[in-house]
Amino acid sequence: MTPVNAVLRRELRSYFVTPVAYVFLVIFLVLAGILTFYAGDFYERGQADLQPFFVMHPWLYLILVPAITMRMWAEETKGGTLELLLTLPLTLWQAMLGKFFAAWLFIGLALVLTFPIWITVNYLGSPDNGVILASYLGSWLMAGTFIAIGACLSALTRSQVVAFILTALVCVLLILVGQPQVLDFFSGTLPRKLINAVAHLSMLRHFEAIARGVLDVRDLLYFLLSMVGWLVAGVLLLDLKRMR
Amino acid sequence: MIETDQLTRCYGNLTAVDALTMRVEPGQVLGLLGPNGAGKSTAMRMIAGFLVPTSGTARVCGHDVSREPLKAKRALGYLPEGAPSYGEMTVREFLQFIVRMRGFKPDTGYRRFEAVVQQLQLEEVLGLCIDTLSKGLRRRVGLAQAILHDPPVLMLDEPTDGLDPNQKHAVRQLIDVMARERTILISTHLLEEVHALCNRVVIIARGKLLADATPAELEARSRYHGAVSFSAPGSGMSQEMLGRLPQVAAIEVDPLDGRITVFPKPGERILEPVETLLREQGLEVSEIQLERGRLDEVFRQITTTDGSAVGSRA
Repeated sequence: MTPVNAVLRRELRSYFVTPVAYVFLVIFLVLAGILTFYAGDFYERGQADLQPFFVMHPWLYLILVPAITMRMWAEETKGGTLELLLTLPLTLWQAMLGKFFAAWLFIGLALVLTFPIWITVNYLGSPDNGVILASYLGSWLMAGTFIAIGACLSALTRSQVVAFILTALVCVLLILVGQPQVLDFFSGTLPRKLINAVAHLSMLRHFEAIARGVLDVRDLLYFLLSMVGWLVAGVLLLDLKRMR
Repeated sequence: MIETDQLTRCYGNLTAVDALTMRVEPGQVLGLLGPNGAGKSTAMRMIAGFLVPTSGTARVCGHDVSREPLKAKRALGYLPEGAPSYGEMTVREFLQFIVRMRGFKPDTGYRRFEAVVQQLQLEEVLGLCIDTLSKGLRRRVGLAQAILHDPPVLMLDEPTDGLDPNQKHAVRQLIDVMARERTILISTHLLEEVHALCNRVVIIARGKLLADATPAELEARSRYHGAVSFSAPGSGMSQEMLGRLPQVAAIEVDPLDGRITVFPKPGERILEPVETLLREQGLEVSEIQLERGRLDEVFRQITTTDGSAVGSRA
């Protein structure tokens, strides 16, 4: 696992050497705060929980995660460092996992840094901290899925802009697919079973389930399998690149 | 050792490398020579395991690059074309990243790090961002990366491209020192490099192997091989005399500096007869020279498409 570790450390360091990490952290923390207090009616609801905070996370990730993942492979392809990396003694999987975990740990750090809002809600009332912990976990799993999607689509192209747009597009589809408006739109034309199946693909549905504090194996599996699936696709894309 | 067997790579309809079969042994420094776009880099990328061959195989130290890629990559030090490296890292960070990737234990890793830093004289730039380095320094960082694990096989894609004459000299010395018990494959389009470094030359063009010989053997194929050239003022008459020598095939005069080149008939030695004749004529001759042959001429002759050159092998 040394190569995974080496790639992970290099990636993480590159976030902090370039302004990417700081820009991300500042924007994430500021937006998460503003959205919770203004759009989420944190005070007006009169409830001691972090629901208005977590409900914004999918939308924050939608913009910010592609910004982290777009450079993952596209930059290496364009800069020629892909040739250097792939001729070092490591497998494609190790390279992919190193990069994936670097980004996932980084988002984890961003989540940890939102702790003032947790202190605030504990100061104001007595929330169910178990539910909050579960919500954090759900949010982190969702971020991991977004990252896996971004990692895969970044391997598809040498253009970071294209990688960003494709990732955001796929992510917004996965968020919206379970929404009642979308399902109603298709309910007339598609069979009931298919609509149910599609609804289960919705990221929002699984995230909200976990955020209620219910850790169902099916929701956890949804996120874990999504991550594995997108990472496998990314590795296959990279392998295809070597053959084309 | 590097072995390729019918190594082939196609991009769509274009065959970049066409059934390349060659073998480089320890102690050899093989120069892969060819015009731009001949397939040198593509061949190296396949041997390094970056590109998958369309057909055929490549082996590094006996490890098939497709079947045992990690073993092959461990035995190989590779400098890709243009020496790519992570620009936002400092030289120290970059080399330490390579140390970790190569799986060294901290103490041996540190010793290797120190050794290559010293070998490539990188002490003063260790703390600088690679992005801010000159082209020559970046190339040296790339070389440091390639030799860090002291590999038995070294493959360098245009190692001296973009270096100034002093740096070229330093890199060539380094390669010379490393050459003794290693297998080294260098691609280049600089013919002087072949003289300076290689004990074997493979010429490829349009993906095909066209010649495999020592530099001296290639020079022997030159029209200039064995020719005698000299400068002499007022030598109009002597030209006629020289032309009458039985061993002489042709005489050419350089229109710029008036230097005369006398070409021998095949298999004839003409230095002595020419010298004798000139002495008899009482001509004052400056710097008479026996030519070894001109690689650039042989290179052109082999790689230009006139059909006859293609497929001729040494």
